[in-house]
Amino acid sequence: MATAPAILSDPPLPAGLGQGYHWPDAHGHFGPYGGLFVPETLMHPLAQLREAYEHYLGDPEFQAELDADLQDYVGRPSPIYHAQRWSRDLDGAQVYLKREDLNHTGAHKINNTIGQALLARRMGKTRIIAETGAGQHGVASATVAARLGLECVVYMGEVDVARQEANVYRMRLLGARVVSVKSGSRTLKDALNEAMRDWVTNVDDTFYIIGTVAGPHPYPAMVRDFQAVIGRESRAQMLARTGRLPDALVACVGGGSNAIGLFYPFIEDAGVAMYGIEAAGDGLATGRHAAPLNAGRPGVLHGNRTYLMEDANGQIIETHSISAGLDYPGVGPEHAWLKDSGRAHYDAITDAEALAAFHTLTRTEGIIPALESSHALAYAAKLAPTMRRDQSILVNLSGRGDKDMHTVATLEGLVL
Amino acid sequence: MSRIAERFASLRGRGRTALIPFVTAGDPHPSTTVPLMHAMVGAGADLIELGVPFSDPIADGPVIQRATERALARGVSLAHVLSMVRAFRAQDPDTPVVLMGYLNPIEVMGYERFAVAAQAAGVDGALVVDVPPEEGAELVAALRGRGLDLVYLLAPTSTPERIRLIGEVASGFVYYVAVKGVTGAGHLDLDAVAARVSTIKSAIPLPVGVGFGIKDAATAAAVAAVADAVIVGSAIVSRIEALEQTPEAIPGVIAEFLADLRAAIDAVDAG
Repeated sequence: MATAPAILSDPPLPAGLGQGYHWPDAHGHFGPYGGLFVPETLMHPLAQLREAYEHYLGDPEFQAELDADLQDYVGRPSPIYHAQRWSRDLDGAQVYLKREDLNHTGAHKINNTIGQALLARRMGKTRIIAETGAGQHGVASATVAARLGLECVVYMGEVDVARQEANVYRMRLLGARVVSVKSGSRTLKDALNEAMRDWVTNVDDTFYIIGTVAGPHPYPAMVRDFQAVIGRESRAQMLARTGRLPDALVACVGGGSNAIGLFYPFIEDAGVAMYGIEAAGDGLATGRHAAPLNAGRPGVLHGNRTYLMEDANGQIIETHSISAGLDYPGVGPEHAWLKDSGRAHYDAITDAEALAAFHTLTRTEGIIPALESSHALAYAAKLAPTMRRDQSILVNLSGRGDKDMHTVATLEGLVL
Repeated sequence: MSRIAERFASLRGRGRTALIPFVTAGDPHPSTTVPLMHAMVGAGADLIELGVPFSDPIADGPVIQRATERALARGVSLAHVLSMVRAFRAQDPDTPVVLMGYLNPIEVMGYERFAVAAQAAGVDGALVVDVPPEEGAELVAALRGRGLDLVYLLAPTSTPERIRLIGEVASGFVYYVAVKGVTGAGHLDLDAVAARVSTIKSAIPLPVGVGFGIKDAATAAAVAAVADAVIVGSAIVSRIEALEQTPEAIPGVIAEFLADLRAAIDAVDAG
C-alpha cells in the first residue's frame, strides 16, 4: 500500500544527502542567502534553539513522539490522489494531488507547528508566539498550544484580521490571544516584525514558532525538515502508485514552506523538475503582486538574506495577492538558492488565473482548494498539456479552501 | 584616531560621561533634523545617533516605529540622511555622528558606495542593528577602509564568548542594551546594568554606552554612575512627536530636555 506507516519513522533527511546537497552550511547560509541577521539580544537564544534542534533531530524518543502525533493527531500520511477527470480535460500529463488539505486544521502548516511545539516543551518554554497571514499558521499554532497547555499569542496584520475573520475566531476558540498589528502595511510582514519584538522582550519563557522557511538560522532549515515529511511520503507514494518518480513537482510559494517540504526529498533526483509558483496578483507588469523571486532582488529582511520586494532605497514595499498566505514580500532563502542554482524554476500566477483554477478543481474533482494552492493548480493546468500522457505532475494541495469562502463570495458580489 | 575615539579620550580627560541623543532623521520633517542636531550639541550632547528610517524596524518600539513612519512618509532615504549629515558637518566639525539603522538600505546602496558616501558626508560610524559580527565581515572591511567605526550592540543575553567576539570587531564604543526588549520599553534594573557594564569593561577596552529604558534625569544619572555614555532615544522622539504640528518648537524643547539630563549627569560626574 502506498501509505505504509513505515514512511513516518524515516528520520528527516540529513543535510548532505547523496550527491552532496548539503545546505545550509554551518552558519545557516544557502549560498549567499539565509544567515543570521538579528539584533544581538536574539543571537544567544537562537544558538540555544539551534543546539536543541540539532540534538532532538537525532533523538529517537523525540522522533517517535513526533511521528505518533503526525499519524494520530494530524492524520498522516496524507494521501496522493490521481485527479483523473481533470487530467483527462487537460489532455497531457497525469496530475496527482498531495492531499495536505486533509490534515487536521486544513493545511500543511500543522506539520511544522507540531514539531516546533514539541521542541518548545522540551526546552522548558511555557509561552508560544506566532505570526500569521491567512490565519492557517496561527490556527495550527493555537491548536498545538491548546493540546500541550501552552499560552499562545498570535500576531496578525489588521488587514488580514479583516479578510480572514473565521480563522481569527477559530484561534480565539482555541484559547489563543490574537493581536491585530496596526504598524506598517498591516499584513504578514508586519505581524512577523511584531512577533520578533515580542520575542526580544520575552525571550526567557517564549518560543517563537515561525510558520515558514524564512527568518534567521535555524528556522529555514528547521521548518524545512519538519515539512519534509510531505516530500518523503510523496516519493514513496508515487513510487508505489506509478512505479516511478513524478516528472514534475508544483507548489505555491509565499514564504515557501509547503514547496520546500515537497521539493527537499527530491532535490537530488535530477529527473524531477520542480516548479515554485508565486503570486502574480494583478500581473507582474503592474507591480501589484507578491513575487520576489520573479520580480524582486536580493536584500535582507526578517533575519535572512533573500529575494525581496523593495524600492530603490531598500524599503520593503507592499505586496498584493488574492491569497493572504502568499502576501509576503520575501521568500525562504533556500528557494533563492534553488532559483540561482537552477535546480528549481519559479513562475507566477495571477489572481484571476488562481481563481479560475479554484473553480475548475472544485467542479471537476469535488475538492475545494485554498486560494494559495490554487496558484499551484493553475500552473499545473498550463504545464500538463505540454507533457505526454504517460508523464506525471505532483501538485502540493497545501490547504483546503474553507477559509476562503468569504473572499471568493465577495469577489462574486455575494454576501455570506 | 577616529573622531569618536578622540571625543571619548577628551571626555575621559575631563571626567565627563557622554550624553548621546538619538533622533530619527527626517522626523517629523526633513528640514527639522539639522537645526535639531545643532541644538542638541548646544545643550550638551557629545555625540549624535541619527536613525536611518527603515520600513521594518524589528528592534524598535512604537515610539520610534511611528517616527520612522513619519520620516518614510516624507520620502527620507539613506541618501537624504547622508545629505543631512553633510549639512550638519559644514558647521560642526567636531561632534561625532553615528548612523543607526538596519542593513537593507545599506545593502541596496552597496557597502563600498555607502562607506565612501558616509565618509564624504562626515559620518563617523554606523550601528547596524541586524548585523551581528557573524554576518559583518564585509561591512566592517568596507567601513574600516574609510576610517569609519562599526558600533556593536551587547545585550543582557550576550554570553562571555559573545562579549569577547564583539570586542574583537567593535570600534568606537559598544552599546549595551539595558533591557530585553525593544527601544522605549521596559524598566531598568540598575544593579543588573551596573554588573553587566563592569563585566563588559573588563573584556572590551572600549567606552561602554548604555541605552534602552533611560527616560529622565534620574535614570540618566543612575546610568552615568556606571557607564561611559548615556544614550537616550524614545524619550526624545516622543517629545518630537508631541510637537509634530509645531516643528519650529522642536529644537528648543529638546535642548531644554537634554540640558536637564546633562545637569543630572554632570552632578554624578562631579560627585
